[in-house]
Amino acid sequence: MKGNEAIAEAAIRDGADGYFGYPITPQSEVIEYLAAQKPEERTGMVLLQAESEVAAINMIYGAAGAGKKVMTSSSSPGISLKQEGITYIAGAELPCLILNVVRGGPGLGTIQPSQSDYFQSVKGGGHGDYHLIVLAPSSVQEMYDFVELGFDLAFKYRNPTMVLSDGAIGQMMEKVEIGEQKPRLSEEQIREKYPWSTTGKTKDRERNIITSLELDSAKMEQFNQKLIEKYKEIEEKEVRYEEIQCEDAEYLLVAYGTSSRICEKVVTMARKAGIKVGLLRPITLFPFPKKRLAELSGQVKGMLSVEMSAGQMVEDIKLAVNGKVQVEYYGRMGGIIPSAEEVLDALKQKIIGG
Amino acid sequence: MAEQLKTEDIIKEENLVFDRTKLLTDNVFHYCPGCGHGVAHRLLMEVVEELDIQDKTIGIAPVGCSVLAYNYMDIDMQEAAHGRAPAVATGIKRTMPDKYVFTYQGDGDLAAIGTAETIHACNRGENITIVFINNGIYGMTGGQMAPTTLENMKSSTSPYGRNIQQMGNPLKITELVAQLPGTCYVTRQVVHTPAGARKTKKALRKGFEYQQQQKGLSFIEVVSNCNSGWKMTPNDANKWLEENMLPFYPLGDLKVPEEEKK
Repeated sequence: MKGNEAIAEAAIRDGADGYFGYPITPQSEVIEYLAAQKPEERTGMVLLQAESEVAAINMIYGAAGAGKKVMTSSSSPGISLKQEGITYIAGAELPCLILNVVRGGPGLGTIQPSQSDYFQSVKGGGHGDYHLIVLAPSSVQEMYDFVELGFDLAFKYRNPTMVLSDGAIGQMMEKVEIGEQKPRLSEEQIREKYPWSTTGKTKDRERNIITSLELDSAKMEQFNQKLIEKYKEIEEKEVRYEEIQCEDAEYLLVAYGTSSRICEKVVTMARKAGIKVGLLRPITLFPFPKKRLAELSGQVKGMLSVEMSAGQMVEDIKLAVNGKVQVEYYGRMGGIIPSAEEVLDALKQKIIGG
Repeated sequence: MAEQLKTEDIIKEENLVFDRTKLLTDNVFHYCPGCGHGVAHRLLMEVVEELDIQDKTIGIAPVGCSVLAYNYMDIDMQEAAHGRAPAVATGIKRTMPDKYVFTYQGDGDLAAIGTAETIHACNRGENITIVFINNGIYGMTGGQMAPTTLENMKSSTSPYGRNIQQMGNPLKITELVAQLPGTCYVTRQVVHTPAGARKTKKALRKGFEYQQQQKGLSFIEVVSNCNSGWKMTPNDANKWLEENMLPFYPLGDLKVPEEEKK
């Protein structure tokens, strides 16, 4: 199964109520797969190709405001268009799942894989003070699994979740273990589980309003404070990462998604050559594994951030270790995936020899 | 000295000719005195009350003067980004097809920044009702030119009047959406006279009934005033509306469902 197909199948099986999207390479297989699967017949899940990414994300806003489990997907230029809707969704505290199958930029850029949307994803992306929960899959299996995880986190915190993938993981084919079909929630269940949702005002409750507007500065600041508290809680409870041979590591590679797959090979190659290298793979990019990196900064002699970007995540690593250890970046851009050999060379030159 | 009259002595049950709908909240309207929004809000809520669909109705507020519409309507509501109300409504209606969903939008919201969302929701024939308040100006931001501002009409960004050559033509978006196969009912009404308000109420009622019958999208334009933005007294604004807006935006049904044409 392709990564893009896996995430589409996972949405149906997780009991999603709707998908709204607009085609863009390299993720059009998501909506194509859904269309071929007739989700309306399989589970009653709504599928709609919108007139634009802007419209699609606002359809998500509406349906999410009604307590529905809905997702959209796009790739970098399309995600830029969605940013308006995403900040409104964050401001109205609505749960939803957004998939970004990243391609290189800026502008129309390239349709080849990239990780250059890191900043846009983990720092907010649209206007205002907010964060998305950002999950970074490194396999087709994780594309599948992060639908359930992403929706669970989104509803738990009433916050949009982004699955930050890339063109390589979206397009590659791997074996996937798929789960059981979960039922969609009934309207009664939605009313009970999500009492804030706009399901129609009944006599037994006040009207529900979904909005991100607050004209009173004092109240707006209180709301900003509430969001900050929520993000703090997420940072305390939801950090996820994978460590590969970090126990005795003298040097640390930090990489997510496609880059982390290359780095696994680098670890093996380096160990064969007698260099004790470990890999820390962040699974959540927000919340970022800051604490673990700070701990490891007392153990290793240097860290190399390997990214398919001009060096974005490296800034968060530097903030996490706060000068305790040397942190460098190595990466390729424009849709080029770095080879294990060149990463190992960079590690030797920038960290070990440096 | 005559005994002082009490309210209940004056207003007796049998003399009651008007009662405010219970679906308007007690919040005081923030609209300028003379503005048409208050009447339009009331008519909408009267229709929802009369059809007894409060628990099945979800409204979408726009960005513009009526951004706070949810403060006044006692129903579940969502506040949309500028121009995106038809997309938000689509998301709600598609996932809850048995609900009644309406958007309430001004001319800048619906016919400028939200043109794409408007056209495509209309063209898909979403089973929703769009209430379009057209006063030819951006009220909330302080009287700037709107897509529907008339030729030679003054605004803060066309202080010498709208120059068609430089600023383009006023957009008759209602005529435009009437051409689309997805709309079932397209009409243009007013609320500045009692007769106009009664007709608008009938149009709104039809809009909700067509949703129930799954006929497609109903689009109800209300040509309204903006005495603050137009810099006129309320009475002068209503007179100006009749003399200038209505010749360009003529009243009446532009499209009715096939079976009602007979």
